[in-house]
Amino acid sequence: MKFWLSVVAGLGFAMIATVTIAARPTISLVIENHRFQPTELRIPAATKVLLLIENRDSTPEEFESTDFNREKIVMPKSTIKVFVGPLDKGRYKFFGEFHQDTAQGVLIVE
Amino acid sequence: MLGITLLVFREVLEAALIVSIVAAATRGVLRRGGYISAGIALGISGAILVALFAGRIATLASGLGQELFNASVLLAAVVMIGWHVVWMSSHGRELAKQMQTVGHSVQAGSSSMALLFGVVALAVLREGSEVVLFLYGLMAGGANNVWLGLGLGLAGGAAVGMLMYFGLLRIPMRHFFAVTNWMLVILAGGLAATAAGYLLQADWLPAFGNQLWNSSALLSERSLSGQTLHILVGYTDRPAGVQLLAWGFTVMVLVVGMRWMSRPRLLAVPATSSAEGAVLQD
Repeated sequence: MKFWLSVVAGLGFAMIATVTIAARPTISLVIENHRFQPTELRIPAATKVLLLIENRDSTPEEFESTDFNREKIVMPKSTIKVFVGPLDKGRYKFFGEFHQDTAQGVLIVE
Repeated sequence: MLGITLLVFREVLEAALIVSIVAAATRGVLRRGGYISAGIALGISGAILVALFAGRIATLASGLGQELFNASVLLAAVVMIGWHVVWMSSHGRELAKQMQTVGHSVQAGSSSMALLFGVVALAVLREGSEVVLFLYGLMAGGANNVWLGLGLGLAGGAAVGMLMYFGLLRIPMRHFFAVTNWMLVILAGGLAATAAGYLLQADWLPAFGNQLWNSSALLSERSLSGQTLHILVGYTDRPAGVQLLAWGFTVMVLVVGMRWMSRPRLLAVPATSSAEGAVLQD
């Protein structure tokens, strides 16, 4: 019994480890003049991706999405990384909290 | 300017709600107004420092410094609140009795009360640093009416906090500390859930289900009531499994701690208190 429990636990850890180590698709997003470029991002469903967000403006921005629960400051002239997903198919909005009039975008999971 | 007011209001509201719960929970403590003001002042200074070093913090832990910093601040607040409520569960009754008989002059004395003022400082620090960065960006961009927006947002957030504080004061004295204690327990659960959210974002924790449910159509987290509930009870319209776990674990640990501390102690007399008793008899 104990043996099988440890086998199951070991397999579990191995699975988590593989999932974490496996290379993630990386997608780039640029903030310029308080707008996102591109305004539409496409990622596959049920996959964790790494979003690289570069702020080319001279003022800070906050990348935020309530649809996929992310929130991170992007300092001027710098790049942040944000892990996103795995998500179900659908449209998920994101925005720049500090410039909501212009900084709007959508993540399309397909 | 409306945009500035709204953003400032949003951030101030979060801190103001936490301050109002702490203010209620420390009712009757001597000079608590001074302590709370000091906590807020400390928080604002901290917020400016954090904003100044935001670039540095962001690059720590290979780009995950921000998440880890936020999670640490939140978890520190959880520990402080936890310590206080567990301590209060064995001393709260005496405190309430003392207040009823002696009136308003309970000595803070305990370190547990000081911890709550630390919670005020941390809440202000976390929300304040975002406001500072936002305002800095606006002023660098030459926006108009920045100060007016800041003032209105501050006033609005503070007003909601006051409303909540005076609402809490209407609770009858015999239930008062029980209610504020429970509010602190639930608040700690919510803060732990938010911390788990940051660690998930940093990929330090598994999600255990990325979005367990979606109640955004029912009650959006961006709405005033949604955001208020987010702070008070940790409401999230699309929670991850690990956030729910963090919430449940925190509340459970605190409840067990409170029960354990308030258990009847007829046989087990702590060594320290008997020693104190001996000294007093002398």
